[in-house]
Amino acid sequence: MAASPSAPIVSLRGVGKLFGTGTVALDGLDLDVRDGEFLSLLGPSGCGKSTALRIIAGLSEPSRGAVTWRDGADARRGIGFVFQEPTLMPWTTVFGNVFLPLKLTGMDKAAAAPRIMETLSRVGLADFADAYPRELSGGMRMRVSIARAVVTAPRVLLMDEPFAALDEITRFKLNDDLVALWRELHMTVVFVTHSVFESVFLSNRIVVMTSRPGRVSSELAIDTPARDAKFRTSAEYAGYCRDASETLHQAMHAHAGAAA
Amino acid sequence: MNERVLRILAPAGVLALGIVLWDLVVRINGIPPYILPSPGLVLSTLVTDWPILWSSLLATLETTLEGLALAVAGGIGLAVLFNQSRLIEHSLYPYAVILQVTPVVAIAPLLLIYLPQHAAVLACAWIVAFFPVLANTTLGLNSVDHNLADLFRLYGASRWQVLTELKLPAALPQMLAGIKIAGGLSLIGAVVAEIAAGSAGAGSGLAYRIAESGYRLNIPRMFAALLLLSLTGIAIFALLSWLTHLALRRWHESAIAREA
Repeated sequence: MAASPSAPIVSLRGVGKLFGTGTVALDGLDLDVRDGEFLSLLGPSGCGKSTALRIIAGLSEPSRGAVTWRDGADARRGIGFVFQEPTLMPWTTVFGNVFLPLKLTGMDKAAAAPRIMETLSRVGLADFADAYPRELSGGMRMRVSIARAVVTAPRVLLMDEPFAALDEITRFKLNDDLVALWRELHMTVVFVTHSVFESVFLSNRIVVMTSRPGRVSSELAIDTPARDAKFRTSAEYAGYCRDASETLHQAMHAHAGAAA
Repeated sequence: MNERVLRILAPAGVLALGIVLWDLVVRINGIPPYILPSPGLVLSTLVTDWPILWSSLLATLETTLEGLALAVAGGIGLAVLFNQSRLIEHSLYPYAVILQVTPVVAIAPLLLIYLPQHAAVLACAWIVAFFPVLANTTLGLNSVDHNLADLFRLYGASRWQVLTELKLPAALPQMLAGIKIAGGLSLIGAVVAEIAAGSAGAGSGLAYRIAESGYRLNIPRMFAALLLLSLTGIAIFALLSWLTHLALRRWHESAIAREA
């Protein structure tokens, strides 16, 4: 099939994941990631949303089903990944950490430096290039992690509950900055979270997942041009949050009923 | 009193007290020098016998440092090899353990039969010193952050890149801890082998001097040589601690002073 811009950039069809321990993490997961969207996977812990993300990234192989990239399997090379923890190399500086993906592709330091510094200033860390990770706060470390993921200008950015361990104030700030980054860099973002509020604030589309086995139960479009501090306190935002909460509850209830 | 001053003054006080007690015991009981020399006599022997002791010290030091260098190279080399291939690890690791648990005192006489003396002494120093480097480096190489390892995979890092950019730096703290232990053990190995060799009638290291002085009832020289050996051990430990501190001070928790 010829690549058309409207086709999903990556699709999962009937994806199942069975772990060696016998746990069925995913079963029959169908998911399309559309080009340029900000997609959140929302669900309770253990619903397999992180597993789904790892399968998209190619870090884990599906036991069943298929993952198809619109632009061919090589498109997987053009992704960035942000883990739950900052996952920085403690032995090198902020600069060294952000340099890593470029270094691994064989770029030398001098050639990479302008790109690294530009990315660092995007995440507000231009003054901390020479600092070591341990000298930074949790929020700053996460910014370094994000800078490292976007320094390669990825088509798709995958984020696995990146802000779960941060305090609310830091989290809001990072949410604002992430929306800005998404707009400036024209990326597709797949964001895993268990926070209704976070997913509503950030995404165009929320896919709600249920657990045991993990699959998509429903989805919700968040249609708003405004994603700023004002949006966060608006009635519109509160409305979307209520919808998302209800969808999540229904999904979990329906699931519990089916299991009983 | 300041913590730092206390850390120097307290052991120095214990040392002074010990020397005074030692001196008093010798004086009051009129103990002859061939049974227990006074501290003053030990010191003056150190000065008068300096030419002999100095050349012996150099000989022992040379063996120790060569043994340590070989232990570091061998320990790290083997650990990397084990890390790259399970087959090699399973095949060789038991023998590394056997070498370690067999007392070197028992191996030394055999080695002296089969090897030229210098090589035998060196082999003893190596046998006792390489294991902590191997064991610690292996531990370090195996305790790499899984997410970081995933990140390297995601960016298509080669085996060599994973080793040099991720595993070795991550293992550095454990590696250095192993080397610090190996420094002291290498001296012990050298001394054991020298004593074994000395009783066979050859050798010129400090341990040989101790054995020789023992036969001649030159107890003051025995003490002087022992003192030099101790000081050598302390110097090696201090040097390796300093190198560890230099290598880790910017990033590793162990090397960072914390304010309460």
